[in-house]
Order: sequence, then C-alpha cells, then structure tokens
Amino acid sequence: MPELKFILESFLFVSEEPLTLEKMRAALPFTDTKGIKEALQSLKNEYDQRQGSICLIEVAGGYQLRTRSEYADWIKKIIQTSAQRLSPAALETLAIIAYKQPIMRSDIEHIRGVDTGGIIRMLLDRKLIKILGRKEIPGRPLIYATTRYFLEIFGLRDIKDLPAPKDISDLGKPVVDAPE
Amino acid sequence: MCSDIYKVQLENIFEGPMDLLVYLIRKNEVNIYDIPISMITDRYLDYIEWMKSMNVDIAGDFLVMAATLIQIKSRMLLPVHDDSDEEDPRQEITRPLLEYLQMKAAALQLNERDMLGEHTFIRSPSKISDPGTLPDHEIRVDIFDLIKAFQRIIENLSSDISLDVVADKLSIKDRMIELSHLLKEKGFLIFQELIGNAAGKADIIVTFLAILEMVKRNAAHVIQRDDTDTITLYLNEITHA
Repeated sequence: MPELKFILESFLFVSEEPLTLEKMRAALPFTDTKGIKEALQSLKNEYDQRQGSICLIEVAGGYQLRTRSEYADWIKKIIQTSAQRLSPAALETLAIIAYKQPIMRSDIEHIRGVDTGGIIRMLLDRKLIKILGRKEIPGRPLIYATTRYFLEIFGLRDIKDLPAPKDISDLGKPVVDAPE
Repeated sequence: MCSDIYKVQLENIFEGPMDLLVYLIRKNEVNIYDIPISMITDRYLDYIEWMKSMNVDIAGDFLVMAATLIQIKSRMLLPVHDDSDEEDPRQEITRPLLEYLQMKAAALQLNERDMLGEHTFIRSPSKISDPGTLPDHEIRVDIFDLIKAFQRIIENLSSDISLDVVADKLSIKDRMIELSHLLKEKGFLIFQELIGNAAGKADIIVTFLAILEMVKRNAAHVIQRDDTDTITLYLNEITHA
C-alpha cells in the first residue's frame, strides 16, 4: 500500500473544496484522525521544504492545496480572475460583520455612522455574508454573519482564526447581544 | 481657516460623519482619550458650513453628529460635582470612535491577507468566480424542522417589506451619444460585447434600440459575419457636413 501521506495528497489534488478531516477519515478506515493529522503535517513540511509554488494550508475547516502568493502575477498571465477587490467601505463593513457576528444592519450602521444597505447587498451577492435569521425584537430585523466562502477567500481556518484587532483597546461594550 | 477646509475636501471624500471625525482627530493630532471637544466641534461645523457653501447635499447623519458634538460641548460647560459619578460626556463620542477605529484597523488587517483569486489560487480557479455552487455548512434537518421552517416563512410572508429598486433610466439618446463616442475611439464595436457589458434587461433594450436608431439615421452600419455570427457595428463616414 502506498504511504498514507501520498494517498492524502491525491485526495487534496482532486478536491474542489477544502477537505475535512472527517471526510479523509471516512475514506481511510485503517487509520485514525491522529494518524491523518501527522501525515498531513509531514506532507505540509515536504511542500515547505521544497519551496515550490504550492503549499498545503488549513482553511475553512479543512485542508487545501494552494499556490504561494509569489506566483500570483504569473498565474494571472494564463487565467482570468474576476475582480475580487473590495472597496475600503466594503472591507470595513465586512470586518464589522466578521468580528461582531451575528449582527443587525442597524448595529453595523451605528458603528460606521452611514447607510450600509448597498454594501450589505453587494456582500450578500458575492456570498461573503449570509442572512442568519431574524432577531426576535420589534421589527424582526435581519441578522448577518460571514459565510464559509468568506473563510476560503481570506484563508481563515475558522472565524476564531481572525486576528485580534490591534492598536486600539476595546473600551466600548459589545454592540450585539450574543445569540440565543 | 478657510484654506484649511479647502485642503480637507480636496484630499478626502468623507463617507460619513465618523470618517470626518476620525480625520479631524488625526489631522489635529488630538488624544482620542481626551478630545478637546470645543475645538473639534468648531472644525466639524466649519466643514459642514463649507459643504453647504459648495451646495453639497449634507446627509442627515452629518447633522446628527453635529448635534451630538454640540450637546457634549454644552454638557462640558456645566459645573461638575466631584462627588457625582456621572461619566465624562465625551464618552458618548469616544466610545463609538474607538470602536470605529478598531474596525477600520481590522479591515486593514483583512486587506493584508492573501486573498483567494487575487494572491493565492486553487487547482480549479473557476470556482473562485462562481461562489454560487458553494454550499455553506452542511446541515442536518428532519421533516419537522422543514415544516417549522415552512410555517415561519408563511408567517413572515405578510410582514415582509418588499423593496422596489428604481432602475437608472438611461435614454436611447444618451446611449447613442455614448456609442458614437466609443465608435470614434475604436472604429468598430462588437454587438455581443456591448450586450455582455450591459447592466440589465433595460440596459440591453436601450442599447439595442440605440443601435437600430443609429442605423436608421445612417450614422452607423452593421455587418454580420457568416462564419462567426459576430455582429459588428461601424461608424459611417459623415459625407454630408
């Protein structure tokens, strides 16, 4: 039988989405999560040592092979990428939703001090955020949260992987109540 | 002071009152924990005045903030009793400012990350531009969850506010002018590309009608190639002056 790490490598190569540990384990009954994690780590080390264009990262609750950023300009010579850039205002709104989720639009606007309806619609269209539900208060406003796609785009393992906002200590109290 | 304000506007367009406030605080190198409220309020009002003089429509948000600042300023003038446990009136503005700055910093941090499709790529890059096929977390529900969900939808149906978005009205005349500019620039236009770039159904129709009108007026002619089906629009040389 081939080495576990190379079997995993083949899984990663054919996966369209970040591959979860559960999925790998289900396919490999002869080993456990610990064994898979170790094999993934050694695979990751191999990619790192090789210093090639590909690396293995943990993202959106799974593992994925990605190109290193140094090769972005080369890659763009052969494939067309749709514009992913977000305006400063959109980034601000996205950051607020990411850090304070689940959050109502009025709370976002309270922080930013301006109407955010258009930006929210754009972020929804781009699947970076989603409607989580409604808050059970008068008016039943919609509440928003980031999507798994958001984690994939920004290369985050999970939402806790977001770096703590630096520089300014948080004197204010949280804007939203925790969800029930 | 007036020239000061002019400089402000030339380098910056403020999206909202918070943006403006942050700018004033940074520009005047003010300690955010000890804002000289009188000075900041004056600068803020100067800016509002200036916007008015430039006939800029001042959003209500800017005026609300102006009122808040003036209110804080007036509360600061009231004598403070040492034994009172009232908090500094400036907290009303300091707290949201800090939070806003924190989120601005967080946005910058997000922006510094390697973005998929921009800095880093996966093996099937087509997926990046088509998030529609991406399911979010897999969820497990039974039939009763579905029924409950359906009931909720039905209940909410009547209370939901529908939003009418008014489409930008582009006239055929405007589009004709636009097209002839483009034609003068490029020499020819591919019909399919014009339609492909259109923003919506109305846009497509306006573009289509504009082309027909131009052909009718002999301002342009259209050629369709047999082999590729490409429809190309050419500008007619103006023979009659």
